[in-house]
Amino acid sequence: MAVLISKDKCKGCSLCVKACPFSAIDMVEKKAVLNDKCTMCGTCVEACKFGAITKEEEEKGADLSAYQDVWVFAEQRAGVITPVVFELLGKGRGLASDIGGVNLCAVLLGENLGNMTAQLFEAGADIVYTAESSLLANYTSDGYTKVISEAINEFKPEIVLYGATHIGRDLAPRIAARVNTGLTADCTKLEIDPDTKGILQTRPAFGGNLMATIKCPDHRPQMSTVRPGVMEKAPAVKGRTGKVIPVTLNLQESDIRTKVLEIVKTAKDLVSLTDAEIIVSGGAGLGDASGFELIRKFADKVGGVVGASRAAVDSGWIDHSHQVGQTGTTVKPKIYIACGISGAIQHLAGMQTSDVIIAINKNPMAPIFDVADYGIAGDLYQVIPELMEAWG
Amino acid sequence: MKILVCVKQVPNTNEVKINPKTGTLIRDGVESILNPDDDNALEAALRIKDAKEGTTVTVISMGPPQAAEVLRECLAKGADDGILLSSRAFGGADTWATSNTIAGAIKKIGGYDLIFAGRQAIDGDTAQVGPQIAERLGIPQVTYVEEVLKWDDKTLTVKRQLEDGYEIIEIPMPCLLTAVKELNIPRYMSVKGIYEAYEKEITVWNEHDILVKLDEIGINASPTKVFRSFTPEPKGKGMLIEGTPKEAAGKVVEELKKKHIL
Repeated sequence: MAVLISKDKCKGCSLCVKACPFSAIDMVEKKAVLNDKCTMCGTCVEACKFGAITKEEEEKGADLSAYQDVWVFAEQRAGVITPVVFELLGKGRGLASDIGGVNLCAVLLGENLGNMTAQLFEAGADIVYTAESSLLANYTSDGYTKVISEAINEFKPEIVLYGATHIGRDLAPRIAARVNTGLTADCTKLEIDPDTKGILQTRPAFGGNLMATIKCPDHRPQMSTVRPGVMEKAPAVKGRTGKVIPVTLNLQESDIRTKVLEIVKTAKDLVSLTDAEIIVSGGAGLGDASGFELIRKFADKVGGVVGASRAAVDSGWIDHSHQVGQTGTTVKPKIYIACGISGAIQHLAGMQTSDVIIAINKNPMAPIFDVADYGIAGDLYQVIPELMEAWG
Repeated sequence: MKILVCVKQVPNTNEVKINPKTGTLIRDGVESILNPDDDNALEAALRIKDAKEGTTVTVISMGPPQAAEVLRECLAKGADDGILLSSRAFGGADTWATSNTIAGAIKKIGGYDLIFAGRQAIDGDTAQVGPQIAERLGIPQVTYVEEVLKWDDKTLTVKRQLEDGYEIIEIPMPCLLTAVKELNIPRYMSVKGIYEAYEKEITVWNEHDILVKLDEIGINASPTKVFRSFTPEPKGKGMLIEGTPKEAAGKVVEELKKKHIL
């Protein structure tokens, strides 16, 4: 949608300048020129006596059937595909078959894509759209937004899923604003409405106190970000292949306005938090930072990784990369052991789908016991050594 | 330098409780606060103002008339002026329509160098409005900013938080940055500031005051629609294990083995 001024037809009468409610038209060399205040309201179209101004209307009730296929943004960092991508492909496969007759596609951007396309096929993608350029070596908001928005306009997917990572949550909103569609953040459940074949996106709000199911009825693509650790990955099928389609690449160096000077990795056990089979988490009940020494020993003993509540992170006892919960990482290990965590709703939102929850807390009324399969009301400093002993 | 800060008044979701009988939210008596990440955004702006003479900080919020309270709080901390975007026409907006509205106000203000916003608001947790404002204004962005390393009149160098580390990014102005809580420790309101904040007028704008198309705001223009909302089902309560620490620990491990979890 845009307002266009024909230089040939414009007589320089300035009627449009007076008519514009937004001071969005300037006279440059006796011709009307739009500036960035234009909101495309169209008032100038009517004001012009010479038919020099036209407005390209957006196709109302746009033909939604032109949009097909389920896309997954194949986020990669330094040549390694982010684990959530495989979870999205697992979910995307189910969505594609519920819609029926559409492809599951991955969109992969980077400098040397190498064997990443093969991994995406083995994880379920039928088509991998690729964009390979040295300008895409590192993630940038500008570069990735431009390439993916143009690919969306070119190939018209029906659904686009992104991991709700620090990259996905930077990228997806910008794309949604550029292609003018809806975006639902941090979905924990996605399903296809059997009547409309549209997507139903369920997400927590109010810090996990309320769940809302969101639809995007009249705009395409329907887009969601999905929290890592929520969806099931599909098992990889060795040797499975598909079609590689390079997208039309229109990217100049000047399109990317930010410069990534350095990328530094600090936390080592982050990835393991979403993949961990056992998580041992500590909270305010530890009393001080040294309590995490015991938590670490316990985690080592049971072959798990260390998690933490927001209270422990806010107290500065442990790095935020360990935080489990609404504002941290969502986890669903086989066994979750909450030590000295009272169970604020934000924490529960991030771990209550764990297979088995064991809670140790001094206060027998603590809300964590409402979600625990096994609760021990007692002093964690006495209980944990006994648990380590009994674990064998 | 001219700095704009986007803020939101939110219910303190840490205090929201569920009525166990009806399964509905108890919102009565829940205080409204300045969204925590937005407080960090404001602090970052005020630190630049403290360091560079002639810097102005304008805070902008969209919300009902009572959202003027958080703008006053920002003024009391040191912001120069506050603009509230308030109209029934803005109501029920999703992030797409909200960002159009706020960007429409920012276009009207014009001449800015830097926009700060919080990463996300604790009521919706979407983290979408910041980047979408940047897109509407056609300016670059960095989200999850945890440190402003250096800045001059044209460029900033910032540290962007990643899940497993960080990246250092250079960004030209004008641009939009979203703040996380690691960015700084927000200041308190000063007594003098509180006094002065009530001397100042909060500017209130409606849809006719800003540069936006009337069919691109509010609930009707929102691509996403809430289909239904519900309170999450609590997981069934398990067993509370009695006994001494040794007995309880033994019992838990025994149960796990019995169910072949171990």
